[in-house]
Amino acid sequence: MGNRKIFSLAFLLLLLTLLLFACNNDDSADSGTDTGTDSGDTGDSGDSGEEKVLVFGRGGDSVSLDPITVTDGESFKVTKNIFDTLINFGEQDTEIEPGLATDWEAAEDGLTYTLTLREGVMFHDGTEFNADAVVANFERWAGGDADQFPYYGSMFGGFGDEDGHVIESVTATGDYEVEFKLKRPQAPFLKNLAMSPFGIASPTAVEAAGDSFGDNPVGTGPFTFVDWSRNDSVTIEKFDDYWIEDEPKLDRVIFRSIPDNSARLNALLSGEIDLADGITPSDGATIEGDDNLQLFERPSMNVGYLGMTVTREPFDDPLVRQAMNHAIDKQAIVDAFFEGRAEVAKNPIPPVISGYNDNIEGYEYDPDRARELLAEAGLPDGFDMELYAMPVPRPYMPDGQKVAEAIQSNLADIGVNAEIVSFEWATYLEKAANGEADAFLLGWTGDNGDADNFLYVLLDQDNIGSNNYTYYENQALHDLLIAAQTEVDEDVRNDLYMQAQEIIHEDAPWVPLAHSTPLLAGGSNVVDFKPHPTGSDKLSAVDLE
Amino acid sequence: MLHYIGRRLLQLIPVLLGMTFIVFMIIRAIPGDPAQVILGQQASEEAVKALRTSLGLDNPWYIQYFDYLKGLITGDLGQSLRTRTPVVDEVWPYLAATIELSVFAIIIAVIIGINAGIISAWFQNSWFDYAAMVIALVGVSMPIFWLGLMNQWIFSIELGILPTTGRENVRDPVETITNFYVIDTLIQGEFNQLSTVLRHLVLPGTALATIPMAIIARMTRSSMLEVMRSDYVRTARSKGLKMFWVVYKHALKNAIIPVLTIIGLQMGLLLGGAILTETIFGWPGIGRYIYDAIGFRDYPVIQSGILIVAFIFVMINLFVDLLYGLVDPRIKYD
Repeated sequence: MGNRKIFSLAFLLLLLTLLLFACNNDDSADSGTDTGTDSGDTGDSGDSGEEKVLVFGRGGDSVSLDPITVTDGESFKVTKNIFDTLINFGEQDTEIEPGLATDWEAAEDGLTYTLTLREGVMFHDGTEFNADAVVANFERWAGGDADQFPYYGSMFGGFGDEDGHVIESVTATGDYEVEFKLKRPQAPFLKNLAMSPFGIASPTAVEAAGDSFGDNPVGTGPFTFVDWSRNDSVTIEKFDDYWIEDEPKLDRVIFRSIPDNSARLNALLSGEIDLADGITPSDGATIEGDDNLQLFERPSMNVGYLGMTVTREPFDDPLVRQAMNHAIDKQAIVDAFFEGRAEVAKNPIPPVISGYNDNIEGYEYDPDRARELLAEAGLPDGFDMELYAMPVPRPYMPDGQKVAEAIQSNLADIGVNAEIVSFEWATYLEKAANGEADAFLLGWTGDNGDADNFLYVLLDQDNIGSNNYTYYENQALHDLLIAAQTEVDEDVRNDLYMQAQEIIHEDAPWVPLAHSTPLLAGGSNVVDFKPHPTGSDKLSAVDLE
Repeated sequence: MLHYIGRRLLQLIPVLLGMTFIVFMIIRAIPGDPAQVILGQQASEEAVKALRTSLGLDNPWYIQYFDYLKGLITGDLGQSLRTRTPVVDEVWPYLAATIELSVFAIIIAVIIGINAGIISAWFQNSWFDYAAMVIALVGVSMPIFWLGLMNQWIFSIELGILPTTGRENVRDPVETITNFYVIDTLIQGEFNQLSTVLRHLVLPGTALATIPMAIIARMTRSSMLEVMRSDYVRTARSKGLKMFWVVYKHALKNAIIPVLTIIGLQMGLLLGGAILTETIFGWPGIGRYIYDAIGFRDYPVIQSGILIVAFIFVMINLFVDLLYGLVDPRIKYD
């Protein structure tokens, strides 16, 4: 009796399971919505016809869609497509090109810039783009504070009538002409204007939306905002009156947050997304070997380094720091943990940035020389230290733990006993900023492609306690960096930066490790996608075949 | 009964109050400055200072705590430091997403878990019993991360029958009313979308259900074994009652009480503990919302998020306690 029951029960269960699966199969077969069977199809087959929809998978959500209020890259990825800037960066570099301004002129003394604006440009809400709109944007920003508009303060030195504030006035000198008066020359002024946070917003929309402008962004960019479902997706669609003819090519772009790297790659493989950001170097080869996929390399504008806190013994001795530089086999690290998709670093700035000093000879991997230097510093038997390993992957450091282990074994060879420690990310940064680390792994991705944005921000004495985590101080370096900030002659300025790099090389507060190439992947049907070194990409020229 | 509910609700107040205090102290004990984290590495020192002041982080902790409590009493859960949006306004979609997923998972876990447990007990020491208990043991110790990625690979990439991540097909988004997508699509009669939404639930739902399912199966089995040995079951069997009814009607009723407790606890855990599942499956739920907030030191979101989850947890347990009375009339509340 019992046996018969169990069979009928098991049968029932089986039936139920089959039914469930059959159901699922049917659905996927006729709607064909998600499982995009082949690469030629965007997955949106059926009634919507020719509509071209690109789904961009990324690691995190945006914080706000009002670019001036945020500092995170995930926000800029979206706003770059809703807003235009006065000046544009080059397609894949940080040279300056016309944007909403067609032409610009700088006075000899570097104190006045006159920008000629593009005519016939419309904001998404129908407001006309003109000189008044530009002035209104700058008035809004300058009237704020560091809490509201953090990037404005850090790039233009302050707000309103604060001493540090570089911009004296912004005036409309014609319908399509704007004049900027500066209090003192600022060499990277035009490059700053090209940064994503300074996208020009529709003044009428800003006024109407007030505090909620970040949820209802209106710019002149190639796409208009449609919908934002937090932590999930942001949808933007084609702006029909965009000022570049025939662009954008796509009808809709959807940014989806998929935090896990492997899951994001799975979503790409199954055709649910068309582009995936944050591909780990170890997956690069798999993607290259897949005919349905293509790998994109983002031009490198970053540096990953090992910083040494120069106020802590024995790192207060430059000889010890040089010894560390000789002890670490950077090429092996790049080969093993960046899968070769990085360039070994010898300077704090990446080679694409003008002012890069290629004449400097990097410290060679030479443990014997390192031991000699240690002996010279009075530490022939080495020493004990703590080595901070980054807890999170960053484009400039895909796997901090493993890099730390490699460094640990390199250091053991010269008698230095490094103990690896790690903390949760916010704690890590705070401890490093407080100078509590002997040596720490860290990195930086450039904002505007200017040398100042690396050297001054990361190594000048003014930034001790914020981004100069090493507490490195050098008056000669400081003088050079300050002079370079106001130097308008490009050649003279580059020369100042070359000298600065020599000083840094000699003092060796860092072991520069690598300039990595962040990877993205997409379906083979994605065309004309050119990743930008700043990390946010304008998708107006991108198309799906 | 009402008296009992009233007393239990009153008991909630010190529990939740104590919890807000502990959470408040813990998140302030961890190093890391919200202002610095919000503004990022690029921020200048003045900017950080300005933000600290405007966020009220300069006040002593007890003032911050009482300000927070004052807000709570008036129904104000605080404002997210990062998005500058009141927590009350932004929390619902996350919570709904998590509840939908948890309910789906618990349904799977209960149906399969209880039945597997019953059959195992019924045919104790049979091959089914051994197989089920081995699977349950594996299930309890299964790393969800690995299981989730494996399932994505098998069902989405190799077989192509289920979507890997997310709640819906973003190319054909669901119009939200309640934020429970299953309900929203039903209300609107969008059956195509409903099937898509259900298919999106399958992988994260089963991944999330794995552990509770295994625990429920083991609990049911041991509880059933005990009851099956009791006199009244033997009487029922000797009366010639069909085994199926003996097991599912008579034995189960008494065996289910400890299982209910477990189900209640598991449901509560699912609500707060789905972070891994939500991360792997890109599910915009409250687990990830709170987890992200910890990374950003978004104090109000952490505090209020945990408060909400704790509240639901306690309510579910209260509900389960009341359920005992329904299942077993011998249990009285007074």
